This record gives sequence, C-alpha cells and structure tokens, in this order.
Amino acid sequence: MTGTKPAVKINCYHCGDICETNLYLADNKQFCCQGCQNVYQILSVSGLCSYYQYNDHPGATRGKLDKRFEYLEEPSIVDELLDFHDDRISIITLYIPHIHCSSCLWLLEQLNRFDPGVHYARVDFLKKQLVVRFDHQKISLRGVVELLFNIGYEPLISLQDIIKKQQKAEKGNLVQRIAVAGFCFGNVMLLSFPEYLGLSVFEQTFRHFFGYINLAFTLPVVFFSGREYFTSAWNNLRKKVLNIDFPLALGIAVLFIRTAAEVLTQTGAGFADTLCGLVFFLLVGKFVQQKTYHHISFERDYRSFFPVAVQTLENGVEKPLPLSELRPGHRILIRHNEIIPADAILLKGQALIDFSFVTGESVPVGKTLGEIIYAGGRQTSESVELEVIKPVSQSYLTQLWNNEAFTRKQDNRMRTFNETVSKYFTVVLVVIALSALLAWVFTDLRRGIDAFTAVLIVACPCALALSTPFTMSAALSIFDRNLFYLKNTAVVEELAKIDTIVLDKTGTITTGNGRNAELQSQLSEEQVRLIYSACANSMHPLSRMICRYFGEQERLPVNDYTEAPGQGITARVNGRELRIGSGKLLFGNYHEAADMTRVQLMIDGQYLGYFGFKHEYRQGMDQVSALEPAYQLFLLSGDQDQERSELLRFFRDSNRMLFGQSPQQKLNFIASVQQLGKKVMMLGDGLNDSGALRQSDLGVAVTDNVNNFSPGSDAILDGRSFDKLPTFLRFSKDTVVIIHLSFLISLTYNIIGLTYAVTGKLSPLIAAVLMPLSTATIISFTTLATHFTAKRRKLL
Amino acid sequence: MSIIYFLIGCSVLLALLFLGAFFWAQRTGQNDDLYTPSMRVLLEDEQPEEKESDRNHF
Repeated sequence: MTGTKPAVKINCYHCGDICETNLYLADNKQFCCQGCQNVYQILSVSGLCSYYQYNDHPGATRGKLDKRFEYLEEPSIVDELLDFHDDRISIITLYIPHIHCSSCLWLLEQLNRFDPGVHYARVDFLKKQLVVRFDHQKISLRGVVELLFNIGYEPLISLQDIIKKQQKAEKGNLVQRIAVAGFCFGNVMLLSFPEYLGLSVFEQTFRHFFGYINLAFTLPVVFFSGREYFTSAWNNLRKKVLNIDFPLALGIAVLFIRTAAEVLTQTGAGFADTLCGLVFFLLVGKFVQQKTYHHISFERDYRSFFPVAVQTLENGVEKPLPLSELRPGHRILIRHNEIIPADAILLKGQALIDFSFVTGESVPVGKTLGEIIYAGGRQTSESVELEVIKPVSQSYLTQLWNNEAFTRKQDNRMRTFNETVSKYFTVVLVVIALSALLAWVFTDLRRGIDAFTAVLIVACPCALALSTPFTMSAALSIFDRNLFYLKNTAVVEELAKIDTIVLDKTGTITTGNGRNAELQSQLSEEQVRLIYSACANSMHPLSRMICRYFGEQERLPVNDYTEAPGQGITARVNGRELRIGSGKLLFGNYHEAADMTRVQLMIDGQYLGYFGFKHEYRQGMDQVSALEPAYQLFLLSGDQDQERSELLRFFRDSNRMLFGQSPQQKLNFIASVQQLGKKVMMLGDGLNDSGALRQSDLGVAVTDNVNNFSPGSDAILDGRSFDKLPTFLRFSKDTVVIIHLSFLISLTYNIIGLTYAVTGKLSPLIAAVLMPLSTATIISFTTLATHFTAKRRKLL
Repeated sequence: MSIIYFLIGCSVLLALLFLGAFFWAQRTGQNDDLYTPSMRVLLEDEQPEEKESDRNHF
C-alpha cells in the first residue's frame, strides 16, 4: 500500500487553504498556519469577526510572519510616499493586492477601530487601493503599514511608487470636454427645433436670435472640446502623416465656418446641431477607447519588482537604506521572502533563492558561500548576509532591462485598420469635394461652395472614428471577463493578425508550482508518519508538496533537524534516522536522473524509494497545439532539453523546440522569425522573457496570479484561461470582421449623404438626421454583433 | 412672444448651473470611483452602541 489514508481535509477558517496540521486552533476554528491564526485573533480581539460573515475564507494565507518595515521611518522615503501631510494629518494611498471581496472592503474601512490614530480609510475596489488619513502624531506611517500587514493586507510598496508619480489628470479633462459638448449639443438641438419645423413670417426675428445663440454655443464646442482634433491633425500633417484626425478637423472647421457665415449674413441656419453632435459623439468614442482597464499595470520595469529599501549592516548594526543609495561594498541583510536588489556575494547563511521573477522556474536554487547571486532572486530560507558588488543600476537584471534592444521605441508598432483606411479616405474625400467644387464653380459659384462644404460635412468620418473604439472596447470587456487582460484596443487587432506563436516553457506551459507528486515506493503507515513529521518542519516547496500528498497525519517529535540547501533534510524522528532529499545527500556521489526532480527517501540507512515531481503541463496545451496548421508553434526555453521527448506531442517536430536560450537569444529568435514576414505572438512569464515579449508583435505574460509581478507586456493571460487561447484568437478575427462591416455601413451612409452633397442641396435638416442616425446604427451594430459572436464562441 | 427671450435666458442659466455642478463634482473626485460605493451600501454598520446599552442594564 502507499500509506496514504483518507484524511478529512479541513479548510483554514481564515484563508481557505487545506490545513496540513491541527496545531493551530482558536475558538474551535482551525487554521493552516500561525499567521492565519494571528490575524483571526487580532480581529476577534477588536470585535471585527463580521469579516467572516460576508464571505467564506476571505483572508490571504500568511506563510511569512516577520516582515520589516523600518525603512518607513526614513523621512526621505516617507515624504515620497505620502500624498499629503501637514503638521497634524497625513494622507497616503496604498496599493493592496489582496483586496478581492466585500469582506476586505468592510474590514479595511474599519481601520480606525484598530487604532484611534487612523481617522478614516477608503477603499477603491477596482484599483485595489486604500486611502488612509491618519494623525501622524499618534500613529506613524510604519504603524499603519504594520497594522495592515498584521490583519493580512500587506501593502505593496515598490520602488516604482517613489519614482513615478502622478500620471492621471488627462482623463478628467476629457470628461469635462464631453460635458461641455453634451451641454451645448442639447441646447442647440432645442433651439434648432423651430428651424426644423418652420417659422411663420411673423416670427422671423426669432430665427436670427436662435441663430446667434446657436453660434455662441458652437464656440466652446469648437475651441474647447474639439481643439485637440486641430492640434492633432496639425501635428500629424507636419510629420507628413494623414490620420483620421485630419478629415475630422476638416469637417469640424467647415461646419463651423459655414455656420458662422450663414448666421452672420443671415442667409441660413447653419449646421450648429450637427457640429455639436459630431464633436460630442467623437469625444464619447474617445472616452470609450481610453477607458481601458487600469486595475492591472502593464508598464512594469525592474523598479516595480524591487523593494524601496534594504537593511544594511554597518559594524553589526542594522540600518535601512534607500535602494538608490546602495553602493558596492555595502553589506546587506536579506530576510526570508525578500528580494535581492543588486548583484551580490553571499557571505553568511544558507541561501535558497527563488528565481521565478527572472527565469520563471519556481523551485528554489541553493547557493554556497562566496557565490555571486544575481539581482531579482527571492530568498526563501532564513536570513542571509551579502556584500553588494554592483550598484542596482548596473546589476545583471537591470542591464537586461535597459539593454537597447529591449527598450526600443514602441511607437507605431501596432498599425490599426483605422489608421490604414483613414489615409485613403482623406485623399478620396478631398478629391470628391474638389471635383464637386469644380463642377459647379463655372455655372454657379455659390452652389459650388455649398457643394464643396457639404461634401466635407457629410463625409466627415464620424462613424469610422466610432466603429473601432466601440467594437474594441466591447471585445476588451469580453476578454477581460475571460481573464485575458489586454493593454489597449489596438491589441485586439494585432491578435487577429498573428500567425506564429512562440511559447516559453517553464511557468508558461508548465504550471508555476503545481507539480505532480508521484510516490515510487511502498511505505508503511509508520514510515509515512515519520516522513511527514520531518517534512512538516521545512518550508521548502517540495517538502510542502510531500506534506500535501500525505494529507493530515499525526506529528511525531523531531530532533537533530538540519536542512541543507539544495540537498534535503536529515532528522531524527521518534529515534529513527531520516534522510530525505537528493541522491547526493543520501548516497554521497550520485548522478541524478534528468527526466524529473526526485526526492529520495531513506530511514535508518535503508533506501525506500523516491518521490518523483514531474512538470505539470497547463490544461489546454492540447487545444493550443491543435492550432498548428493555421499557426506555427515554437517553444523557446531557457532550460535544458530534458523534456524534449515529452514535449514532442505538442510541437510538430524537434526543430520547433529551442532549449538553453538566453534572454538575448530569445529576443534574436523572435526578430529572425519576424524578418521572414511573420507576425509573432510571444507567451512568457519570467523577466528572462521580457526582451522577447517586447520584440514580438504581441507579448503576452502568462501568470497564475494577475496581481503578482509579471514582465511588461501587451496583454496578461491568467493561467486558468490558457485553454481558451485558440478561442481568443478566433474571436479577435471576428472582431476585426465586425469592424470592417461597420465600416461598410458607415460608407453606405456616406454615399447616400454625398449624393445630396455634390448637388449642393444639403439642407441642415438632412445633415441633422443623417449624422446621428449613422452614429446610432454603428454603435448599436458593433455592440450587438460583438456580444453575439462572443456568445457563439462561448466567451459569454 | 417676447417672453421667449426671457425663458431661453432662464433655461440656459439653469443648464449652466447643472454644468457647473458637474464640473464641481468632477473636480472634487466624486466620479473617481464608481464601483466601490455600490458594494459599500450592502455592508451593514455594526452597532457598537449595543455594548453600551448592555452596560446600562448592569
């Protein structure tokens, strides 16, 4: 028998993880670890246990207990972090990744009940931000952050918070411009009614009065709301680019000039309502396009991976030092779960470094004294002392990031359908307008000018400018719902053009930490208990997986416990001697089999067999490999080729798989494929992929936790939706078809309008009906069609 | 019919007032977070007063 007994799985009351021991009990509730129990006790002392009523297991697991926030006392750092402070109160905005349910919202807004120094706390749920206003004479910033940490909501304070500040203010302005345009549009519509319905001769004075008011309303619309179209068109024209803003600006200008001329000469009513409506709808379209999902940050560089400060040792005294002041020669102390910020030499302690940020591989690597540890690794065992050998800005990681090839200009990488079409559109439009003018100018000058302006008014590509943003934002929200987060609307079109897919291996097509544990041994129940008791002492991921494999067992007393990094555990349990770990630890000299990671088991010198840990491929790998005839699939891995034969079932042939690739080689490979005229999508997860992600036409970061760090990319794919990748590709193609169709519809309207326009007989009434009608059709068509196709693709 | 001049003046003034109110709301950040308040209303306020009333009974 394998020695596993059907243990009853109990979920932690706080975080919902499976409890591996029954050590942590409080108020008849079981917890998975000391951390979760502590949080529960803090909450129950403050009478805040309603936290658990709103949701089951709302908390986050708390593997780590100690966390140092001394650096938050450093005045220079505090000043950078605070939004506002005077002599009494301070206000800070903190990013808290764990905010995920109404319990979190409730608890965080009750922060003042933990400490009277906190005046108030407000959560922004979508942005996962907490604004705290506190009295810094009663509680320091460090106190606030420690309080949050203690109740299980650790704020994420990274170097990026300090370096880049304030990036909004743009959007607010757009909303105001929409408000002004909408306001004027409404009033002008009202005042144009008499014009539509006709006025008797007796009431002609009103006609002029309404005309002047309408003209007055168009002024803010053109010069405040629509100003950006003129500046944009002018800037593009100087760069010799014809984009869609040019015909729009032309249309707005013509509408305004003609309205002003007709009103001032009292020859007509002009097109004030069309003008206001046009600008209003255009701005709404722009707003829809801008309203992408800001709760995930796509623009990340190495700074967002690094902490703000690091503990340095000077003559045996610990002192927090801002990262920017870290110099070679400094001795630094890296504790459990902290990130090594600069390349350094290990001086003291057992280093077990998790390089998953850098390579995607999450099994920690042991390092021996004197070895160089590159920046970006996370220490997973006890605290270590290191000596910095390179400043942060010159470390391997940072150099990788700042490499010229990695930071190439992103401008004009994605050329949308809209941009391509509008170039030709503008040319055709101007040609038609000029020929209409020429056709009439010799017979009837006035009619010629009328025709010329009317063409420009009617053909103004309002619908064209609207179809893309509305379709794309509908598509974007559908992707969002399916856990595929795109940076902006242009990415959807890019997705549709892809014909080559390059996959990274570790962490991308294999799941991050969920490996299959397989016991190749026959163990008695007693042996299971012995091994379980020894492994339960270790925080090593493989030990945790062994414990999970056995389920809950009785824990026996453990003596003489030692854990050699990268090797394994030796311990005396119940008087028996246990060795669990690599072959090297058990047999001295041993050649490890390459096909899988093995944890060997030995009790009292008797070899019992091993645990095999195989990479688990992501669900849906079969679906992805089924894309093959339509898309070319490549594998690009930094690892050695141990799994080549196993991966062959996913990839067409061995030549499609490249192993042992450095970050630069990955980038070069992508570039070489692109030179063959291919559109490449790269899927990766570690920092070592970041160069390739940027080089590719579409870089997708695959991650198991969207709020974790992942490299800068065009899109972020949640690992759970990996199997939907083929559907996403198909849906993106559908979306592009919808855009083309809506373009056709808008073209039809334009042709109808133009037939009126070239004759010079465009009345304000026709313009006023035709323009909003086309806009309404386009918007409803794109929205409905997108939802319909999403349903058909089973994405809704 | 001259009353129309006055009426239009009134309506535009009123509309401007609303526009001003919107600008004010925008400036003071009332539209910054449109999602969280919808969750907040669903949470009940606990009554810490209950304890005080308990105390009064003793």
